[in-house]
Amino acid sequence: MRYSIINVLKQGLAGQKGWQAAWRDATPKPQYDVVIVGGGGHGLATAYYLAKLHGITNVAVLEKGWIGSGNTGRNTTIVRSNYLLPGNEPFYEHSLKLWEGMSRDLNFNVMFSQRGVLNLCHSDAQRDAYARRGNAMLMMGADAELLDADQVRRMVRGLDFQNPRFPITGGLLQRRGGTARHDAVAWGYARAASELGVDIIQNCEVTGFVRDDDRITAVETSRGRIAAGKVGLAVAGHSSLLAEMAGIRLPIESHVLQAFVSEGLKPWIDTVVTFGAGHFYISQSDKGGLVFGGDIDGYASYAQRGNLPVVEHVAAGAVALFPALGRVRLLRSWGGVMDMTPDGSPIIGKLPIGNLYMTGGWCYGGFKATPASGWCLAHTIANDAPHALNEAMSLERFARGRAIDERGAGPRPNLH
Amino acid sequence: MRITCPYCGSRGSEEFTCLGNTPPARPADDAPVAAWVDFVYLRDNPRGPVTELWQHVQGCRTWLIVTRDTRTHTVAKVELASRATGR
Repeated sequence: MRYSIINVLKQGLAGQKGWQAAWRDATPKPQYDVVIVGGGGHGLATAYYLAKLHGITNVAVLEKGWIGSGNTGRNTTIVRSNYLLPGNEPFYEHSLKLWEGMSRDLNFNVMFSQRGVLNLCHSDAQRDAYARRGNAMLMMGADAELLDADQVRRMVRGLDFQNPRFPITGGLLQRRGGTARHDAVAWGYARAASELGVDIIQNCEVTGFVRDDDRITAVETSRGRIAAGKVGLAVAGHSSLLAEMAGIRLPIESHVLQAFVSEGLKPWIDTVVTFGAGHFYISQSDKGGLVFGGDIDGYASYAQRGNLPVVEHVAAGAVALFPALGRVRLLRSWGGVMDMTPDGSPIIGKLPIGNLYMTGGWCYGGFKATPASGWCLAHTIANDAPHALNEAMSLERFARGRAIDERGAGPRPNLH
Repeated sequence: MRITCPYCGSRGSEEFTCLGNTPPARPADDAPVAAWVDFVYLRDNPRGPVTELWQHVQGCRTWLIVTRDTRTHTVAKVELASRATGR
């Protein structure tokens, strides 16, 4: 049933009895043309675009828990396209454009709020770097504005402009960036994909692959063997483990990233602010909680929980930027497992086995990429070749020396 | 997470830096490109016990080989890297 004002009124008069489940909780069929492993935003988006844009509807999405139970529900919901390098920026800008049309396209309110993303700078050198980044963004079709300190002062209340160590000299603002409701993204894609005939199968863990020479013929799961024409992996955080089942080693380390939400407060921060002198980013949710995060813990982990030193480090960044945060109580904190790559950029494309494809290696940046990741993986699976937008993000780039290293940190996954 | 440094005793993990999995032997200078790609970029990334190189940077600055579980963060064993590698 379409969600519309007419149907809201109709159902209101009919006692709300006519609503159907948003999507079908399917049981596995013996065979699918395409099996997507991972029922998070990326996997569900891949299935949706396969069905909608490429006419491939005999598709299953296999999820070991419930949809959106992994990193889709564990992020800080920030959406932006403020990248510098040609291998990255067109992809993220395409993603931002898909976000702008997503609620209408999926007929599901994902609460995408273009409240702006403001990266603060604290020195002349950093301001120069942001000017360069902003110009690169403009040249690749995104929007960017360089603000001076007074403009920042008028835009965000509560920042510490007196900090002698990290004075705020301005910021790079992307007005089209913002936040979105992460669970709604999973459910919106699930509902739209399900309507096009995609089977969404929960509590179905992949335990192995059945191979015939250079092809995967079936997927072994906790709910039995499922034959597959093509297989796509969308399991960032655990990509290495799935690839290992297919005998492939990936350039990925799994690390834990923590995030935090405070008690609910009255409206205070109406944009996304990032601290340029430390790794700290913050926004305020519609419920009033301040949602923020910092750096990864720095060691390999699959634990989905972090340690206290990083909590302290994030808190230090928080009060250095917004001193008033010192009086705010923390409500919850949690951890998610990140695929960290040696260059900080993702991998979307074919794997060295004929009909196996992946999207992963998302480091910190998977949420904003959800629509374009699914869009590009669907294109790659349907055409057995990458789209121009994800060509540079191939697995082979490392062997070819074509890393996409935004930070210039070198092949140390925990430094990106 | 606490790590027991052989010199300094049990210390908080924030005093240490992790370099990552104990690297395999460095390929010979004339080894094929694939061996170097493997050495520089590819990782085992297991869920379970791992052996890693850590440095006690805010303590005695010694390099350590730490055996740790990536599911639970439990540290099972800490040895001096110099003793374990004989270097």
